[in-house]
Amino acid sequence: MTSVLFIEQLLNGLQFGVMLFLMAAGLTLVFGVMGLINLAHGALYMVGAYACATVANYTGSFWLGLVASLVAAAVAGAVVEILVIRRLYKRDHLDQVLATFALILIFSEGTRWLFGSFPLFLNVPDILSGPIELPGGLLYPLYRFALIIIGCLVAIGLYLLIAKTRLGIRIRAGESDREMIAALGVDIRLLYTIVFALGAALAGFAGGLVGALQSVQVGMGEPVLILAFVVIVIGGIGSIKGALIGAILVGMVDTMGRFLLPSFFQLFMNNSDATSVGSALASMSIYILMALVLVVKPKGLFPAHG
Amino acid sequence: MVKINLLKAGLVGLSLCVAGTAMAKPVKVGMITTLSGGGSGLGIDVRDGFMLAVKQAGNKDLEVVIEDDARKPGLAVQIADKMIQSEKVDILTGIIWSNLAMAVVPSAVAQGKIYISPNAGPSQLAGKGCHPNYFNASFQNDNLPEAMGAYATKTGVKSTFIMAPNYPAGKDVLNGFKRFYKGKLSSEVYTKLGQTDYAAEIAQIRASKAESVFVFLPGGMGIAFMKQYAQSGVDIPVMGPAFSFDQGILKAVGPVAVGVKNTSHWSKDLKFPANKAFVESFQAEYGRLPSLYAVQGFDTASLILSAMKTADVKDTDAFRAAIKKADFDSPRGKLKFGNNQHLIQTIYVREVVKEGDIYTNKLEGIALENHQDAYASQCKM
Repeated sequence: MTSVLFIEQLLNGLQFGVMLFLMAAGLTLVFGVMGLINLAHGALYMVGAYACATVANYTGSFWLGLVASLVAAAVAGAVVEILVIRRLYKRDHLDQVLATFALILIFSEGTRWLFGSFPLFLNVPDILSGPIELPGGLLYPLYRFALIIIGCLVAIGLYLLIAKTRLGIRIRAGESDREMIAALGVDIRLLYTIVFALGAALAGFAGGLVGALQSVQVGMGEPVLILAFVVIVIGGIGSIKGALIGAILVGMVDTMGRFLLPSFFQLFMNNSDATSVGSALASMSIYILMALVLVVKPKGLFPAHG
Repeated sequence: MVKINLLKAGLVGLSLCVAGTAMAKPVKVGMITTLSGGGSGLGIDVRDGFMLAVKQAGNKDLEVVIEDDARKPGLAVQIADKMIQSEKVDILTGIIWSNLAMAVVPSAVAQGKIYISPNAGPSQLAGKGCHPNYFNASFQNDNLPEAMGAYATKTGVKSTFIMAPNYPAGKDVLNGFKRFYKGKLSSEVYTKLGQTDYAAEIAQIRASKAESVFVFLPGGMGIAFMKQYAQSGVDIPVMGPAFSFDQGILKAVGPVAVGVKNTSHWSKDLKFPANKAFVESFQAEYGRLPSLYAVQGFDTASLILSAMKTADVKDTDAFRAAIKKADFDSPRGKLKFGNNQHLIQTIYVREVVKEGDIYTNKLEGIALENHQDAYASQCKM
């Protein structure tokens, strides 16, 4: 095992982590501010990917596709919030889970009805395709490198938005005491719609970005949704900082587990058994991490409410 | 539920008027296949291929009932029970996935129904678990990777990095490859089923410095892998069974798959007259190129239709014998069943090319001629 391979895997873990963060940030905001469990967050990720693929194929520009993914997911998020989610804030979590699960089915079948069952074509833009050479002779895909940078920029932007702007103050106030800020004259319904649309836009943006590397198909959002839930549970529900740390932790543990565990078992088992035991354990690694975090800190690493 | 009634009761009466000829016996086929959710492209192709043959034959005595299993074994079992108990079908077919086939087929054939597989070919049903009522019109799971292994050996590939999802079919495939590959395995990697990010595996491929990479990643997994592989700058050639490089997938992967060698029991440019006719009529009917799944559906229907010409489905022995004769010209040439009622067929090597605006496969050569699966000898038939 060379150090170049090790560094490449660290970058892979980081890239996976920042993309998870885009998903988890919206999920944790919606949960933190509105107390809503939104299973349909993965569907918004899919909406973003489909919008990006459609617009990119139609116009030939990946960047316009990316803009479309943001807009489409934000609009879908706002519409869903106004039509459905708004009625769920006062209900208990089971009702929210049922209703947003229904939304998953509606989005999936609707997408299949519009686009068919075959995956859509979406590729990395030419300017970002191929590998770049990093110091030390390491070849790394330029697109993944760009994803790391974009993810970090979004994280900084989100931090500034929450910490420095009036909207951010309202969001934080909404997290602490929603009755009080309503009493202070803030339009809480509008605030909720904005937060939901913001979360949706982040998910859709992630869908568009990751769609270029993966398969744009119906049901692509649900596996990511599960990971995003793991991230916010580890990071502490409602905390953006927790989502960032949690996402990078999950990205690292998952990537390094897949990479290191099989070779670890090869030290004392035969090759074939080692790979199957190692890869089975690797797919459990993030859940084991989650369990360990919950044992030590039951409210996650950075709980939003003390 | 999609229900296609090709038989109207009145027509039975009509056939009674034809004196002297044998009375046509209606046959009811139940198709359980995946039409929604992940992997529905495969089921849709099987259904469309099947219905194309039915339409072309114009045989009013064949009735087909189609239901969607959504890739869920439990649902497939329920549908099979319903089709056997209340729909009273004579023949079952349609299942795409090996795990669903293992849940449905053994009990269906034990209840005296004939089952013809249009895709799944689990080793259990080819070897000790073979059954006189079970026919496989597609392939046995190990066949295509075996052919890829043989081809890699023949072309002198010295070291190969092999990878498949960690589930039974993935293991069958890697075992099939290893059975015929004589070079060195530089690494054997199992990924999570349904995995979408392969950065960690691609980094290992890069570090392995192998001469070639053999992957079995059907559906969306293959799309994700190929796109990421192209971005990584690793230039080790990729090969694999046709499942990862078939028509539906090529549409989504596009240029990055060009040049990939894959093994298949069918290719759209096979030189059989029946193949040319099939490809043209499929395109005319559905406006897209057929896949190997469509051919398997087409052949499954042709088997039933050909048997209906000479035998009555109520006489199971005679009907089975008629199916086994496979008296028709398939797009794959003349079909020949082995003792375990799986096909003995030639497996070809194809290469992904761009023809006009469409990415498709071009025939490259023969990997294994008249190949029979490795489990036939364990079948006591």
